[in-house]
Parts: sequence; C-alpha cells; structure tokens
Amino acid sequence: MVCKMEETDNRIEEMDIEILPSMWPEDIGFDAGKQFNVERPGQDQDMLEEVTIMEEPTIVDFQRLIELTNYSEKGSSQLTYLVKHWEYKQANAVRLLREELDILSKQREEVELKKLEILEEHRFEEDSYGDKRPISILDGVYDIWPPIPRVKNDVVVHNKSVEIDAEYDTVVYWKQRALHLEKLLQASVERENGLVEKLEESIKDLERQSSPVEELSQILKRADNFLHFVLQNAPVVIGHQDNELRYRFIYNHFPSLQEQDIIGRTDVEIFTGAGVKESQDFKREVLEKKLPAKREITFETELFGSKTFLIYVEPVFSKSGETIGINYMGMDVTDQVRKREKMAKVREELAVQKAKETELNKTIHITEETMRAKQMLATMSHEIRSPLSGVVSMAEILTTTKLDREQRQLLEVMLSSGVMKLEATKFRPREVVKHVLQTAAASLQKSLTLEGHVADDVPIEVVGDVLRIRQILTNLISNAVKFTHEGKVGIKLYVVPTPSWGREEGCNEITCLENGVKEEKPKSHHHIHENGSYQKNHSNGDEPRTPNKTESPRVGDMDQDQDQSHSSETTVWIRCDVYDTGIGIPENALHTLFKRYMQVSADHARKYGGTGLGLAICKQLVELMGGRLTVSSREKCGSTFTFVLPYKVSNGGDSSDDSDELSDMANHDAASDDATESYFQFQPRTLGSLFNSNGSSRTHKLNGLPPSSYAFPSTDCIPEETVSVVKPISESAVSENSNHDRDNGVFEGKKCQDNTTDKLENHNVEASKDSLEVSPCQKQEKSETKVPCSTLEPKILLVEDNKINIMVAQSMMKQLGHSIEVVNNGAEAVKAIHRRDYGLVLMDVHMPVMNGLQATRIIRSFEETGNWEAAEKAGIEFNDSSLQKSHAFMPSTKRIPIIAIMKMQMTANALSESAEECYENGMDSFVSKPVTFQKLKHCLEQYLPP
Amino acid sequence: MAGSGLVLQLQKQLGDYTTSLFNEGFLDDQFNQLQQLQDESNPDFVVEVVSLFFEDSDRLLNELAKALNYQNTDFRKVDAHVHQLKGSSSSIGAQRVQRVCIAFRNHCEAQNIEGCLNCLQQVKQEYTLVKNKLETLFKLERQLLAARRSSFPM
Repeated sequence: MVCKMEETDNRIEEMDIEILPSMWPEDIGFDAGKQFNVERPGQDQDMLEEVTIMEEPTIVDFQRLIELTNYSEKGSSQLTYLVKHWEYKQANAVRLLREELDILSKQREEVELKKLEILEEHRFEEDSYGDKRPISILDGVYDIWPPIPRVKNDVVVHNKSVEIDAEYDTVVYWKQRALHLEKLLQASVERENGLVEKLEESIKDLERQSSPVEELSQILKRADNFLHFVLQNAPVVIGHQDNELRYRFIYNHFPSLQEQDIIGRTDVEIFTGAGVKESQDFKREVLEKKLPAKREITFETELFGSKTFLIYVEPVFSKSGETIGINYMGMDVTDQVRKREKMAKVREELAVQKAKETELNKTIHITEETMRAKQMLATMSHEIRSPLSGVVSMAEILTTTKLDREQRQLLEVMLSSGVMKLEATKFRPREVVKHVLQTAAASLQKSLTLEGHVADDVPIEVVGDVLRIRQILTNLISNAVKFTHEGKVGIKLYVVPTPSWGREEGCNEITCLENGVKEEKPKSHHHIHENGSYQKNHSNGDEPRTPNKTESPRVGDMDQDQDQSHSSETTVWIRCDVYDTGIGIPENALHTLFKRYMQVSADHARKYGGTGLGLAICKQLVELMGGRLTVSSREKCGSTFTFVLPYKVSNGGDSSDDSDELSDMANHDAASDDATESYFQFQPRTLGSLFNSNGSSRTHKLNGLPPSSYAFPSTDCIPEETVSVVKPISESAVSENSNHDRDNGVFEGKKCQDNTTDKLENHNVEASKDSLEVSPCQKQEKSETKVPCSTLEPKILLVEDNKINIMVAQSMMKQLGHSIEVVNNGAEAVKAIHRRDYGLVLMDVHMPVMNGLQATRIIRSFEETGNWEAAEKAGIEFNDSSLQKSHAFMPSTKRIPIIAIMKMQMTANALSESAEECYENGMDSFVSKPVTFQKLKHCLEQYLPP
Repeated sequence: MAGSGLVLQLQKQLGDYTTSLFNEGFLDDQFNQLQQLQDESNPDFVVEVVSLFFEDSDRLLNELAKALNYQNTDFRKVDAHVHQLKGSSSSIGAQRVQRVCIAFRNHCEAQNIEGCLNCLQQVKQEYTLVKNKLETLFKLERQLLAARRSSFPM
C-alpha cells in the first residue's frame, strides 16, 4: 500500500498544482509557465511556517464567495474541476483495491482448484490406485497465470513440489500426501484471511482520508498563505466589487479602514476627494463594456493624500454571461508618476529651451541681416542721396539767379520737397577737425600719424553747413588713409583771402569786405615764417595772391568790424588741406579724378575698393557751398586735396563795442602764434588716445622731439606741388616751435624783464589797492614781485572775503604744502585769472562786489571764447598794459578747475547757495563750509595733480 | 614737585573746561580743526585766529547796530555783515553764534526789522558768552604754559 501511495503521490503532486489555478480564473492552465507554483511542504519543514502572514488585510464577504462559486461561470467550472479531480482520485483508489481483490480471489480459486484436484486424485487413487500422473503437470497449469501487473505481489505462493519420503502409491504415501495438502490448504486460508483484513484496513484508511473538503481547504490554505506572503509588501490593493460596485472583497496592504467601512459600500461611499468618482466611473465603464481595462487615476483624498494608482479592472461574468461584478487591482505608482512628470517637465523645458535657442539664432541672424542691410543702406544713402541733394542745392543756387515766375515756382516746389538744404549752423572748425581725425584714428588699421593744424587766424566759431563739411573732410581723410601706407595724413586749416573766383562769383558782400580788409589793414608785424610759407604755398596754388594778402584775416575781421560796425556778419574764406604721404596719383589720372565712378585704374579699384563716387560728391558739395576742391599730387610721394570755402562769422552784439582793449586783444591774439591755433596729433601707437595740445603745453611736447622730426619725412621725394602745400605746415610748426623755445626758455628772462615785470608790478599796485585790508593777500603779491616768472607762484587761488576763513584756509594749505594766492571777491578773481594761470581756484560763493557764481561764469566765458567780453560787460576793468603782455604768453583754452566753497544750507528758504547753482554756473565741485583739513586735502588730490 | 602738581591740576582744569565748552555747544568740531592747525611753527595760531575773530566780530556788531538803527535799513548790507559773522563764527567753531546768524539772515531776507534787532541782541549775547569763554580758555592755557615753564628749569 505504501508503494502504491508513492506511485500516486506523483500524480497528486501534479494535481496540487492543477488545483491551485483552479482557484484563479481561467487563464491558468496545465502547461508550463504557470503563474502560481506552490512549493510542496517538505516532511519536516515548511518555509511558510517561518513567515509571518498577516491575514487581516483580507476582508472577505464569504457569502459572496459562495455565491460566486455557485453562480459565476468561473466558480462553477472550478468546482466542477475539483469534483472531477476528486472522483478521479477515488476511482483510482477503488480500481487499485479491486485489482488487489481480484488477485486474491484468483489465488483462492487456484487454491480451491488444487484442493479439488487433490481430492479427486485421492478418490481416484482410492478407486484404482493405478493412476500415477506426475504432479508436475499441475505445476504447468499453475504456471499459466501471469504475474499481476503493477502490483508487487507480496503473497508468497509456494510452488515447491511436495516432497514425500514415503514410497509412491502406498497407503503411507497417500496419507502423507493428504496431510501435506491439508497443511497447504490451512496456510492458504490463513493468507486469505490476512488479505481480507488488509483490505478492510485499506478501506478504512481510504475512508479516513476521504474528506475532500479537508484536503481542498488545506490546499486552499497553502495557496492563500502564499498569496499573502507574496503580497505582503506589495503596494497593491486587490478587490472584488459586485455589479453595484459594492466591495465584496478587498485586500489592502495598508488598510486604513475597518471591514464594516468597506464591505458593502461603493468607492464614493467610502471616501471622497479627487479621483474617487473617476475611479468608480471607470469601474462602471468596465462593467458595462464587459472588457477589462487599465487606467491611471490620481487621487487627492483626505484618507491617503495625493496618490496615483494604476488600476486594472476586469469584469466577472455569471454562467449565463452576465456581468455580476468586477475584479480590480490597483498599484500605487505615485513616485513613478512624479518621476515621469519631472522627466516630462525637463523634456518640455529642454524643448522650450531648444525652441528659444532656435528663435534666438533666428533673431541673431535677422539682426545680422538687418545690420548688413543698414550698412548697405548707409552706403547707398551716401552714394545716392548726396548727388541728389546736390541737385537740390543747385536748385537753391539757381533761385539766386534771374528767373521768370514759372521757373521760380518750379524751383520752389523742387526745394520745398526738401531733399536737402544747406544748413547754416554755428560750429567750431577745430572741433570738426579734431573729431574727424579722432574718428579716423579709431578705425585706423595701420601705423599712420594723423594730425591736424588749425591756424590761429581761423575763427573759433563759424557758420556753415557743418554736416556737409564734415562729410567732405571725412571722405578726404578716409581716402587719404586708404592710399597711404606709411607716414602721415593730416588736415591743415587756415584763413585765406577771398579767391578771385570767389569775388567773381558775385557775392558782393564778400568781395567788398575782403577788399576792405586787404587794403585797409596791411600786415604790420609778426608772421615772418608764416608769410614765407604762405608765399610758397600760394604761388603754386589756385588763388593768385600776393604775400601781402596773407596777413591774418582774423585781424582783418576785427579791423573791418571797427570800420564797418553796421555789418553784423562777415565772411571768411578758410582753406583746408588734406594731405598724405601715400601712393599719390599719376598725372594722367588727375583730370578724371573727380569724375563719377572713376578710379585711377582698374587695378586700384580692385586693390582699394570703393565706388569712385566719394571724390565726385566731395567736389560737388564743395562747389554747392560756393567753394573749390583741387588736388595736387605726385606718385609715390603723396597727395594734397585742397578745398576753399566761405564761412559766415557771427560777431554777435559786440561789433559796436570796439574798445581799444578789444582790438588790442585781437592784435594780441594774432601776435601770439599759438594762442588760438590748435594742433592735434594721433600717434599710431597710441591709437584712440588724443593729444590735444594747445599753446605752450603743445610746445613742450614738440620740444621733446628732435627738430629734425619736424622736417618732412621724405623731402627728396616730395614733388613741387606737394611741398608747396605741405611744407608750410612743417615750417610753421618749426617756426612756432622756435618761438616757443624763446618764450619758454632762451628769451624767458628777457621777456620777464621786458614785459612781465612791468605787468606784475602794475598788478601788484592794483592788487594791493584792492586788498589793502587783507594781509595774506598782500604778502602773496609781494612774494610774486620778488620772484617774477618763478615757478614758485602759487598754483591755487583762493577767492574769499572772510578774513578768518582766509586765515584758516591758508594755514591748512600751508600744512598741505601749498601756498595760495588770495583775493577777496569775484571781480578780483577774474582779474587774477586774467593776469596769470592757476591750477585751481577755490571760490567762495557769497561775496561782496562780485559773487563767486558770476566770476565763474566770466572765467568760463573767457575759456570758451578766448575773449574777456563778459568781464568787460560786468564792468571789470583790466589794466591795459598788463592785459596785453600777460595775455601774450597765457594760454586761455585750458579749463581751470573752480571749486565752490559754500555753506550747505539746511533751512529751506535761506539765501540760495546750492550745489546745482554752482554746477550751472560752471563750477566743477564744491567744498562745504566750514572748510576742514580733510575736505581740502580731498579736493586738492582730486583737482590738483602733483 | 609742587610745580608738576600744578601743571596736572591746570591740565585737568583746562581739559574739563574745554570739554564743557563743547558739551554746552559753545564750540564745535571746527575748533578742533583750528587746534590741529597749530604747531611749533605756528604756536599761537588759535589765539591769533580767534583774536582776529574778536576784532572782526566787534566791528561787524557795531556795523550791524548802526545799520539797524537807520530809518531805512539797508537789509542787503545787514545781510552781508551777518554773512561775514556767520562765516567767521563757523570757521572758528563758535556754533551758537553761527546758529543765531542763520536765523538773523532769514529775518534779513524777510526784511523783518524786529526780528533782526532781536537777533542782534541774541548774537551779541552769544558772542559775548563765547568770547568770555574763549578768553578764559586762553587764560587757562597761558597759566598752564607758565606752570610748565616754571616746573622745568629750562
């Protein structure tokens, strides 16, 4: 029996496995790849015993389970299967028992047959005694029975032949044989009894084991345990709901509700919040569609917060195919969803960034395109608009000629369309020259020296179309730079008399004025060097001139003002040379130079680019403004472009105010070569840095260079024309230079003797008169007298009326290592500055006679215009002799730092001293009262560099 | 020994007195500035400046009294004087005088003769006060100097 059981065990094992899926719906088959595999518990160890299985999470409505097993197709099929299995198992057992029984009964039959045989034999022997058939025949019959298959027969059948010692066929023999057979029969009966017993026992055993429910529930228990074990830590909820979506079963690893709270209720009845309704609707949908589905639902409930579940819902069908509920499984995927969302966000951001990048690239591209277009437009506007506007300007000039009405009307229409008008604006030629050079220097890509000379006779301010003039200059300079590879490019500006064509061309005013100038004011002094140069220059120039005509027109203007005080405007002709040391222009190309679209040669065009329009436009513009543009050049040496233009000079309201002083001053201006002349230089190495040196400071710089450096770089090579134009510059520079040498060095002492001492003495008289009360001031003056022209002269001028303040300030300055000159009011300050140069002016604001603000205005006015008209107007009288002489060597174009000393007013309506007022009036900064050591020190550090 | 004791005593007295002048607002930091400007090369600087201040102020106060006494007061002139006085007092650090001057100038601007006269009285008072105080201070300084000299044989 044990053996038999072992045999069947194999099958049972299989069955166990088969039974399990039967608990789980349909898709669990008999094949390999089964989803559930339950380990058979070993004899002495069951791994599940060591695992704590929490059974609480499962809440089951058992009634429903039974219902399900009864009514649902799945349930009934499972049940059927179980029953079949059980029947099969029982049938098997019965079959085995029957087989055994068969064997037993056969054996018994056999035994009984033998017994009968023996009995017959015995009778026969008794009857006849003669029949002596060997028993071995029987043995053969006996052997006919095949061994019973499958059952290991433990019944020992004694087939031994009976061994009888007695002699055959004797009484003894037969007796013995009968006895023996009797024994055999006896044993056989015993065996039969034993078998019957065993059979009964076996049946009992079967009966004992035969409760199917027990077995099934054991199996179920194991499966259940396994399920719990597997699900123990899984974040899943498994449930079954009926067709009203009421929970009938739920497994939840993290139960938060009691059974009574769940079973029999629907989702919406159990908890509220976002997602609950959706989840229920989804389940209903599955129920209605009768198809399983998955969905991700995010819950936002009080019960478990914000969580996202992946929910699988499948319908459960009854035997008749109706849905009777759903099974559902939910898994918490909150973290995954968050991660996914984050990833999506990152991806989205990335996409946005990429889009932006693309957009930006597009924008950059567009901007670049726009810039290029703008550049092109600018070029085109230069090339196209200029000649067009030239036409308008020509029309403008036409209007001044004799025209009939119709013609005039047409012209007016043409002009009113206003493409271009020559503008008459005030501008400063020096600034224009400087700016043009500066601009050229900024974009300079080779080592060229850019320089500008503006002669002192060029008025500080003239009226003209500054834009056009700048355009011409820029054009000529860029041209010069383009064709010059070493050496220099420069602009020279100086006043010339009215050219013959200027007179002829019928500006009556100009002619007459110019004539007046020429005739009435022949040159009286100075300018020997310059005269020479002018001579040379103009002898080869366009304008027929005599040396006599080259006297300073500024003087002329001034004089003419005196003579013709009725006229408020005069015209001055200024010649501008733009020279270079470049490749030059071949003679045969000169005549086509100003023609449009002409370049010297195709080679040049390729090499240097450009349209060839620039010069044509320049020429046109110059001519439109009533001037001439000419050129002189020699190959490999350089070219000089020269244009002469008339400018209006506004004399303002001072024409009537022709005091002796003014003319003296004007004379004086002319006398000092460098008082108003400007020299600009842009060295190649210090590109962009500006050496704007004026007057004596310039001279110092020039002095720093050896005299030869002023000579022309390649004199041998310079052609006649070029030299004639350029040479004067260098000569005048040298001559000026030597003048300065005299001024500052060699002749200094003499000058001091001649002029300065007188002047200073005069001043001292004057100053001491002014400031008799103020002892420090007097002292200062005295020291000045003792050491005239000395560099020990105080660099600081204190303008202050309060003696105590003076004393304190002086003491402080002394400690700071400065001596100061003191005057007591604004008027004195103006006089002092008129007298000589200071590095710094400290100016009280509120003072008697003239306050600090007014004084500052006057000083600034002088610095800007170079004249003392404002001072005159304010009634300040300068000592004549001192005026002339002092001015002779005092540069005026520097801006003196003027620092206000003022009380910061705290009260609202106090007398108006405010910082703004100081700045408005041209002061640079202020020191608040009372003056302290620190404030002074700070101020000096800032404004008086050592 | 007695000499050095006197020096210490005077030193303390001078220190206390100076402190009181600052505490009572007679002087401000500008006076310190003046004292800092005084050195070996200029040992009497403060006294000189302050003396000049006294002279100047006496003159200005006289002028002011005169100007305000006229029937038709020239307020511009008055203002100029007050401005001077204000500047001087500010320069030596006599801040109480300076403060009255500010009010004074406001009255000038408003051409308020009564206010001006009132301010003149106040200015005189403040000026006299600070003058006395400063003279006392200088006296103490002189005493201290004398005591120092006597305490050292040289």
